[in-house]
Amino acid sequence: MSQFAINIMFVGGSFLLYIGIAIWAKAGSTSDFYVAGGGVHPVTNGMAIGADWMSAASFISMAGLIAAGGYANSSFLMGWTGGYVLLAMLLAPYLRKFGKFTVPEFIGDRFYSKNARLVAVICLIVASVTYVIGQMAGAGVAFSRFLEVDATLGLIIAAIVVFVYAVLGGMKGITYTQVAQYCVLITAYTIPAVFISMQLTGNPIPPLGLFSTHIDSGMPILDKLNQVITDLGFNEYTADIDNKLNMVLFTLSLMIGTAGLPHVIIRFFTVPKVADARWSAGWALVFIALLYLTAPAVASMARLNLMTTIYPEGTAAEPIEYDARPAWIRDWEVTGLIQFTDKNEDGRIQLYNDTPEFEPQAEARGWEGNELVVNRDILVLANPEIANLPGWVIGLIAAGGLAAALSTAAGLLLAISSAVSHDLIKGSINPAITEKGELLAARISMAVAIVVATYLGANPPGFAAQVVALAFGIAAASLFPALMMGIFSKRVNNTGAIAGMLSGLTFTLVYIFVYKGWLFIPGTANLPDTPENWVLGISPLSIGAVGAVVNFAVAFVVSNATEEPPVEIQELVESVRYPRGAGQAHDH
Amino acid sequence: MAGHSYDAEKYWKANLRLIFGSLIIWALVSYGFAILLRPLLAGIPIGGTDLGFWFAQQGSILTFIALIFHYAWRMNKIDEKFGVHEE
Repeated sequence: MSQFAINIMFVGGSFLLYIGIAIWAKAGSTSDFYVAGGGVHPVTNGMAIGADWMSAASFISMAGLIAAGGYANSSFLMGWTGGYVLLAMLLAPYLRKFGKFTVPEFIGDRFYSKNARLVAVICLIVASVTYVIGQMAGAGVAFSRFLEVDATLGLIIAAIVVFVYAVLGGMKGITYTQVAQYCVLITAYTIPAVFISMQLTGNPIPPLGLFSTHIDSGMPILDKLNQVITDLGFNEYTADIDNKLNMVLFTLSLMIGTAGLPHVIIRFFTVPKVADARWSAGWALVFIALLYLTAPAVASMARLNLMTTIYPEGTAAEPIEYDARPAWIRDWEVTGLIQFTDKNEDGRIQLYNDTPEFEPQAEARGWEGNELVVNRDILVLANPEIANLPGWVIGLIAAGGLAAALSTAAGLLLAISSAVSHDLIKGSINPAITEKGELLAARISMAVAIVVATYLGANPPGFAAQVVALAFGIAAASLFPALMMGIFSKRVNNTGAIAGMLSGLTFTLVYIFVYKGWLFIPGTANLPDTPENWVLGISPLSIGAVGAVVNFAVAFVVSNATEEPPVEIQELVESVRYPRGAGQAHDH
Repeated sequence: MAGHSYDAEKYWKANLRLIFGSLIIWALVSYGFAILLRPLLAGIPIGGTDLGFWFAQQGSILTFIALIFHYAWRMNKIDEKFGVHEE
């Protein structure tokens, strides 16, 4: 059977499974559609949160980021997991007790203000739409490489599948497909990792393999990697960094951004009890950690594998000839994600870090520049091929990458559609709408959101790469502080909350736009985006944490200068703090 | 709840204490051991690198899991003690 047929079988099989689940779990009420009827078991919910959370970025890109940055990029590992501690202790149980359908609804009720709800809706939509573009684009890459279809056609197929199970099943359909998608993606991620860890260290458990001995050299694998890459002019993989303030703030921004992302928060509304919300945060992190503990092992091992593929006789000897390159390099060259230019025309692939410091060594060896550019996003996808694994593993990776992208896309689309149908239409425009009408409105807004996301995924705006900073910055600087103050302070009032959200958001956006361009339009940046120009060395990616501090400070000062919230609001705060009497998530 | 406002306050204080303690450990392993205090842990070798690197890539994640389960378990006890648990 050809590789193409195997890939089709795996991807097609997984898609049929998702659609089958959707038909089984059709939503009959708004409660089904928004919170899966509120009857999801905490372990099931933990698994669904895992798939909801782990996106194309986690599955496809994260290991590549760590492989490229080594220790310095550990922020992604800590940031994207540490947020669950905040969710479990500061947000999820109380928002579950509140027992409504959406995040803006809590902000609107707690701060007794339609404007506060509207600000929250706008933050939610901007954060979620920017995030969903990345998912659709990731699905497009996976399709074009593995199914040899045009990326746009691939996207449309993916969109139709999401459409079927998300529009039909709402949160109920999404929950159970996410469980299936979690199983597909975690199997796909760990199997190649186990094989590679076995090949390099003899240890079948990748996180242990990371700290084991490299079989071929007899050295610890991280030592071996450090040696190989420093020989070629790269920084040591495990080297400490100087700018610790930025690393702290970047990690913190990712953590509070994670805790403030609405598509994750709404998953906690689907469990029956407050205690279940706490447990499901724990289970979610267990399921997420299975991938996040494997990723750093994949990162270092794949990087070492790549280096030994190019320099089979060691870094002191000449690299391989271009004509003798392995098949996977040929395959990925077709997609443009690996590029080779024979700068010194010796027919060999010189892969090194061509910095001024390395120049004398490079010159002595007759090298005239780095000749191989490898897009770091392909690391996980190409992993099975780099390690010579059988064809079915490649098919599994294709299905896994798509599962990661589609499960997150569905969660985001639900967050967007519920904000439109529940917060905008029922909350503001037409409060008298019937449940049937609202359900229809939810389905229509979901369908519109899918069309918009597919279009943007096929024609990604130039700023697609910056969206992570934007989505996390917005969630960290606007939504997280507002939610937390709504629960932990009885004193913060409507004026304070709105002033806080707007100033945190404005501060964060201005700082990002100054370095990345206003609305990311090229050429409009006021300062070059380099460490020398950052205020106190704080990168625009790390500014969300500072924006959150601004939000908290402004909200407290303004609230204390204006009148206390009314008694019934203080009672509402009181009631979300005590689990008794939670009942199912309900309408009004 | 209205009749038990004294207990309610004690319940909330117990929750805040537990959160505060958990978040100190949360910050210590990630911002402390993995980033700011890494040079201090440089002398403790582990598989070709140092303990700070381990905390950055594995140790903090494992600690986060333990913290959440500990919190969920303790809160269940506290809920029951103050009689605010769900039926």
